[in-house]
Order: sequence, then C-alpha cells, then structure tokens
Amino acid sequence: MTILEYMKDNILYLDGGMGTLLQDSGLAPGELPESWNLSHPEVIQNLHRTYFDAGSNVVNTNTFGANSLKFSYSELECIIKAAVLNAKKAKDSSIGKQEKFIALDIGPCGKLLKPYGDLDFEDAVTLFSEVIKIGAAQGVDLIFIETMNDSYETKAAILAAKESCNLPVFVSNAYGEDGKLMTGASPSAMVAMIEGMGASAIGANCSLGPKQLEGVVEELLKHSSIPVILKPNAGLPKEVDGKAVYDVAPDEFSDEMRKMIKSGVRIAGGCCGTTPKYIKELTTKTSNLAPVPLTKKSITCVSSYTHSVELSEFPVLIGERINPTGKKRFKQALINNEIDYILQEGVNQQDAGVHILDVNVGLPDIDEASMLTTVMCELQAIIDLPLQIDTSDAEAMEAALRRYNGKAMINSVNGKPESMQKIFPLVKKYGGVVVALTLDENGIPNTAEGRVEIAEKILKTAESYGIDKKDIIFDTLAMTISADTSAALATLKSLEIIKNKLGCHTSLGVSNISFGLPNRDIINGTFFALAMERGLSAAIMNPYSSEMLKTYYAYCALHNLDENCTDYINFASNYTEVSAKSAAVTAKTPLNDFKSPLQKAVVKGLKEQAAEITKELLFSVKPLDIIQDEIIPALDIVGKGFEEKNIYLPQLLMSAEAAKSSFEIIKANMTSDSSDVIQKCCVVVATVHGDIHDIGKNIVKLLLDNYGFKVIDLGKDVPPSDIVRAVIDNKAAVAGLSALMTTTVPAMAETIKLLKEKAPWCKIVVGGAVLNQDYADRINSDKYAKDAMETVRYADSLM
Amino acid sequence: MTNTIFTKFYDAPKINKKEILRYMGCKNNTEDIDSLIDDCLHETLSKLSYKVCYRQFAICQNESNINLSFMTINSHDLSKNLKGCENIIVFAATIGIEVDRLISKYGKISPAKSLCIQAIGAERIESLCNTFNNDIKSQLTEKNLFTRPRFSPGYGDLPLTVQKDFFRVLDCTRKIGLSLNDSLLMSPSKSVTAIIGICKEKTGCSFENTCDNCKKQNCSFRR
Repeated sequence: MTILEYMKDNILYLDGGMGTLLQDSGLAPGELPESWNLSHPEVIQNLHRTYFDAGSNVVNTNTFGANSLKFSYSELECIIKAAVLNAKKAKDSSIGKQEKFIALDIGPCGKLLKPYGDLDFEDAVTLFSEVIKIGAAQGVDLIFIETMNDSYETKAAILAAKESCNLPVFVSNAYGEDGKLMTGASPSAMVAMIEGMGASAIGANCSLGPKQLEGVVEELLKHSSIPVILKPNAGLPKEVDGKAVYDVAPDEFSDEMRKMIKSGVRIAGGCCGTTPKYIKELTTKTSNLAPVPLTKKSITCVSSYTHSVELSEFPVLIGERINPTGKKRFKQALINNEIDYILQEGVNQQDAGVHILDVNVGLPDIDEASMLTTVMCELQAIIDLPLQIDTSDAEAMEAALRRYNGKAMINSVNGKPESMQKIFPLVKKYGGVVVALTLDENGIPNTAEGRVEIAEKILKTAESYGIDKKDIIFDTLAMTISADTSAALATLKSLEIIKNKLGCHTSLGVSNISFGLPNRDIINGTFFALAMERGLSAAIMNPYSSEMLKTYYAYCALHNLDENCTDYINFASNYTEVSAKSAAVTAKTPLNDFKSPLQKAVVKGLKEQAAEITKELLFSVKPLDIIQDEIIPALDIVGKGFEEKNIYLPQLLMSAEAAKSSFEIIKANMTSDSSDVIQKCCVVVATVHGDIHDIGKNIVKLLLDNYGFKVIDLGKDVPPSDIVRAVIDNKAAVAGLSALMTTTVPAMAETIKLLKEKAPWCKIVVGGAVLNQDYADRINSDKYAKDAMETVRYADSLM
Repeated sequence: MTNTIFTKFYDAPKINKKEILRYMGCKNNTEDIDSLIDDCLHETLSKLSYKVCYRQFAICQNESNINLSFMTINSHDLSKNLKGCENIIVFAATIGIEVDRLISKYGKISPAKSLCIQAIGAERIESLCNTFNNDIKSQLTEKNLFTRPRFSPGYGDLPLTVQKDFFRVLDCTRKIGLSLNDSLLMSPSKSVTAIIGICKEKTGCSFENTCDNCKKQNCSFRR
C-alpha cells in the first residue's frame, strides 16, 4: 500500500524528536547529527526502531541538516544512503504491526535566501535537489520538508522535490508564537502557496508546544484541502533543579494532540523534546479515533510572503500603475533601469489602499524576462502585497513565476489553444490564480453568451491540466463605449452569468470602458459600481483616481462590507483633507530668512510642499531656472551646514529627499532632450560583493542624484565583474564603493584591482563603516570619503 | 544543562531615544528629527519580536587559550574578560527580519527614514541584550554567582570567524530564525551573539558595555 492510499482512511502517525535523544547518546555540542548515520548506525537504527515500535507509521531519516553547505557531495551521498538504510533496517526489525513508511527528511539549509540573506533562490533549489535525488534513488516513500521558517526556502525545497522525483511531498513549517513564520508568512499564505504547488500534506512542526500551535492549526484546517500535519515540540525547555526539562509531559501532550486530531489533524507526531514515550501515548490515546473527513475548500486566493488575499464578496483592488503603457516617465525609468522609481510607484499604490499590485514592464526594446523578474524581486523585497504578473511573453511569465515568493495572480490566459498550452502548465507547476480573458482565435464575441461559451471552454481545458476551477478568474473584457455604446452591457451581462452559473470569480480592467471619452473618471466610477453590483470580484484600476475610490468605499459601506463604516469614514475624512492640502500649501507661509518658498521647503525638508510648489512654479518658470536658482542654492545651504556641523545627517537627508521630490516633478515635465542638459558625468555606485548593508550607499546615491550626476546604482552584494562592466558600459568617470565589514574589504580591494586594470580612467571613491584613510590607501583607491557630502564634493572636483 | 539550548521571548524593552539619536549621528535632538524618530518608531515597533537562544558551557583557561568545551579560542582580550570564570553562557539574540525590510524599503524611497530605522534597530537589539543580561544576572544572583559584561565576536582580538562555531552550538536558525552568511554577517542584521562569563566572586571588573573600554578613540559613535 502506498502512503497516499493509506492516508485516505487512516490517521498517519509520525515519529518524535531526534536531536535531544542523540545528545543523550553522546552527540557532542556542535557535532553534526547526520554524521552519526555513518559513525553510529546502531544508535540511529535503534532510535528509529523505538519509534516504529511505539506506533509511528512514518519515520524520518536522520538527514535534517544533510546538505552541501555542510558536507561534500561524496560525504553527502554516503550519509544519505546510510540514513535511508538505517531507517529501513529499523523498519524491518520493528515489532510494530502497523503500516510503515520512510520519509526523506529535509530541514532548512541554515542560510537565509536573498535579498535578506546571501543564498540565491536557484542555488537553494539546486542544494535541495541534490539531496532529494540521492534520497529518492535509495527508495523512500515520501519527501518530508520540515521546520522551514521562511516561505521562500519552502518554495525552493518543494520545487526541488517536484523536479527531482515523483514521490509525495509533505511540507511542514515552524511558526513562531505570533502565529507566523520567521519571515512573516501566515498559515493561510502558506496553504495558498504549498497547495498550489501540489504538495500532498501541509502542516506545522517544532518551535512550540501543541497548545500554542492551536491557532495555527485552526487556520491551516480552515484553508487547506489537503491533510494537515501537526508535529509540535514537548513545549519549551525549562531549567528545573539544574536540569533541562521540556514543560509538556507525554500525558498532557497526547491529550492536546487528541483534541487536535478530533478537530481535523490527520497526520500527527512530535518534534524537539518528544520521545518514543510521547508517540506511544499519542497512538494509544487516539487509536479509537476515525480521521475527520477532508473537505474541499473552494477558496480563490493569492498570496505574498506574508499574507493571502481572498477573492470573495469583498471586492479586491488591483493597482494598475506599474505599467509603461501611455506613461512617458515610467518608460524612461524602465529604459534607464531606475528601479527605485518603479518601487516608489508600488509603495504609493500600497499607501493608496490596493490589495494586489499588477506588474507589467513590457517595452519593445528591453529583455522582458529579466526586467520582469528583477522588478518583481525588488518589489517583493519591500512590499508585502501579492503581485499580479502581467505579461504576454510566456518565457517572462515562467521566469517570474518561478521566483515569485507566494502564490501569484497570473495575467493572463485566453481561449486560444496556444495560449492555454503555454500558460496552464505554468499554473500547474508553480501554482497561481490565472486571469482568463473571454476571447479566442475568433476575437472577442459581441454577446455575453459568446463570452460565456469561451469561459466554459477554458474551464474544461484547465480541468484536463488538473487545474481547479477556483484558480481561474474570468475577465469579461471592458471595451470602450465610445466605439459601441452597448459594449458595457455585454461585459456586465457575461460577468453576471459567469459569476452565478459557472460559480467563478471575475476581474475587469475597469478604465478601458471609457477610452476616447473626456473626463473618463466619471464613466469609470459608475461602471465600477455597476460591475461590483453584478458581482465583480476584482478590479484592475488606478488607485489615485478619487472617483474610483469614492465608488469603492461607498459600495463597501452600502453592501454591509465595512463594519461601522470605518474604512469609509477613514477615506472620506482624508479625502476632504487632500483637497484642502494644496490650498494650504498655496497660502504663503512666512519666508523668514529664505529667498523663496521652494528654497524654504527644501532646506526644511518638506517633501510634499516642495513638490506642490514646484508644480506651481512650472507654470511660470523654466525648469532649468528652478533648478539653478532655487534647488541648487537650497542644497548648498544644507550641504554647508552639514559640513560645518550645524545640521545633522537626518536633516541633510530630509532636505535631499525634498529636493528629489521637486526634481521628480521637473523631470516629468521635461522633454527627453532637455533632461540631458542638467546631467553631469556618470557615477556608478555599489555595495561590494558579500556585503548586504546599503544605507550609506543609498545616501550617497541620493545626494549625487540631487547634484545632477547620472547615477547608476548596482545595489548591494555586487560582484567585481558587474561593477567593471557597468563602469565600462556607461563610461563612468567615478565609481563609488561601499563596505561595512572587515570581511568584505577584500572584495572591495579585488574590485579596485580589476577596475584599475580594465577601466583605468575611472576614479574610485570608497566609504563605509570599517574604512579609513589608511585602509583606503592600502587598497589603492583614489579617494576615501568620510561621508556622502565629501563624495559629492570629490565628484564635483573632477568635473 | 550543556545539552540544552534554551529560548526566551521578551516583551519590548523600554525605548531609549538618546541611544537612537546617537546611532543616527545626532548629538542633540531637534523638533524635525524628533518627529522623524516618532514616525519611524510608530511604523517599526509593532513589527519587532525579541528572541534569544542560549546555552551554558563549562570552560577552562590557560593564559590566553580558552577551552569553551565546544571549541578552543586564543584571545587575550576574551581571556581577560573571562578571568576566574568556570562557566559561560553563549547566546544569540535577534529582533527579527521586519526591521531589515523597513530599512531596505526606505533605503529606496527615503534614506532619512532608512537611517532612522536602522538606528532604532540598533537601539532595540542592544536593549534586548541588556534585558537578557539582566535576566541572567538576577537568576544567577540567587545562586550567588556573578556575570561579566557580554563579549561578542569582533570585540578586541576575538575574531569574527568564531561566529561559525557559535551558530553550530546554538542551532540559531531553528531556535530563533537567525542565519549566518559567507561574509559572517548575520541575517536578520539586527542580531547579536556574545559570551557572558559566570564567576563565583564579584570582581572589580568595572567596565559595563560602555565606550570606556574600547580602544577606538576616533569613533563617531563614541559616547
């Protein structure tokens, strides 16, 4: 009988703790437990056997930390082979009469993935694949991925398992006392991702006792359609009379576990501090329980690395602003690789209240697969909203989905056979909710019936790929009423039928409805209201449009979706504030010692005011004059003040940010040829290889930007060759390198050596916490700058 | 005892604004900086967690050679700190990854906030270490034992490479979600590992964790 067959009608019992027992058998502090598979096979076999004897159906191999970060490949091979053999011998020699299985145990690799650690996602996949391939070849029954406290690493391990073998995959995470993973994911977010990727069971283990994990288990049971695992610790170790004792005894442990099994847990065992005695009590006490039947949860949801967003009667807002279509400044940002500009657009939309961000970076002349993945990863580093990956390039779609941390919204598939052939395998492999457009090779049907027919065809095809209905949402295509005044009616009608007859969720690119008409927001807002009333689940929309937001908040309040009208009240009171704000700015405040209002706003570090005043000035003053006569003198006042120690770094930065917001307004108003006029030479900045601290580098970048340099920011942890390439490609006059740690100064020295060789014209300025003049001289840099202002002055002196 | 790694979760220690200012490079407070700090505190505090894992070891010393039972270290400065100690506690503390996310987020869009949140993070992790130290100190006082000021890898002549050994014996990833990268930087970045010496006699060892004992005289963070 396979494990999956067995699980259909039975509670599956796992084993208990390993580490503590090994220490009691003499494992020294810091010694790697996996090495005991070879050095003490009899101890390992004995431990496994006692678990089988106690009633465990599944024993995990002693391979928790077996990976290439700790062992060479040949060691790894020997260890994993021995580990599986040890488990097999235990299985064969156990007196237990129950069905017995062996799981290849996969624990966290011990390193955090990028961007906050230094392990690349693909390297993590490779690392897990290596272990799983060796283990699967030895004949195990399943892969048990456990104790993962990061969703991204969990994804890497599942992907590795799916790509390396055909065995069932169980996935269990370590949740903290806040009910989340260390990197922030909630149980429902984990269900979305793990179930989406095709795991056979999902659960929680380690970190806490059974009682503290109750909330997590409840959430898992509520969202998961696959069996739920619980493998908690025997509480936490406490010191009692000079001895360490886990504070949940076998009796209490098994009582708690019995409760959880009664409420739906189907796979049960123990983690740190539990022993065969705990498992024995657990199996004995629950032997008369029948497993609670699995129920299919038809929840349509996407997730980020922290939370899930469910499509329900509560309409979901998808921000459409990360998209170059019709946006000159955005296109320019993409061409110049100004990722920060794009990120700001993401943050602004999050602040405006959207639930999901659409990400579209398609431009004719850029490498979309690489740009889309870069932008997506950068967004996921700082914004916790789920993303909608929006591209018509299937290769770019796959690259992005592979690296997406969570369960993405996929935009889009349509009724054409080639579209479904390309997209559905990706949905199946990586998980995701796919937006299906109701069009096919014959175009967009004019009638609602025609669109519904296509929807039915799409559903049927999806089913043949093993994709559930809940993971498809239909976009019935808003077409402009300026071309056909019956267009809105067809869209709304098909939306209603799909919602009610097919039982699927829907989405619309709302603003398309008004294309070609004046004051489009008026139409958009009303159309949005009509669509929601017909059951629209999600809208791709402009969150800066007050008409759309007014409609949204009013709709929710009127539909009993906004308790106490809290959200509406919040929105409406802020709304009046917004219209009053520009008036407040215009009302001139006293200038005191300042030459002009803009100069004052910059010196005082008032971002919004600086932007507002710049907007007004642009009506009467030439952009270059604003820069020369207002912003630069203001920056000089602040820069001097900083050098003379009259003002502090935070104040310098607040001014720099105010200046930047003013520059942004000017840039948006400039023609492309005039923007070159203000730029000085090119400066490449980077935090060197191995170093992930970039606050200092970001400060330098901001100031250089403001002083008119063309800054190429390569980010952090940048290999020497990348820096050299950027310097050569951009003919950069200056390279600014930053390092925080003594351990990363060698990488800086290496970069300098390579730069001197390959780009001898380039001056190199260095800075960072560990550097000083002496160090800077020794590694052959041209300049040591003690702070950001000094870098600016140095770059200016080279002009 | 040696066989067990203990974990502790603490409530937020009291905020020390003066320290935040110091980490921001400000000698005095001004109205605009104060409101920047308040904004950042408001955004940051609810996202932090305060976790420590620790383990006790017996040690024996022979001049500057110290046997910590899981490794031997040659360090003049550490041996001075541990003089007369028979046991140590090795601990790792972290305030979690969220502060890194905020620092990074504002690094892209508002370096002033990024700088401020990094200062808050530095103050928070130091306060957490102080809280833990005091906790241990009061536990030991009941047993008539005394503690030495905490000593971290990178202090004096104790090399950063010992981080690898500390991580091995503390199982930091599993216990508190802390990991070490190839450059020996910790993720989350606002984390500390250190040794606390335990001795039977209260020594005149006066230096607490202030700047007085540090040899770097020209440090911009010097109190």
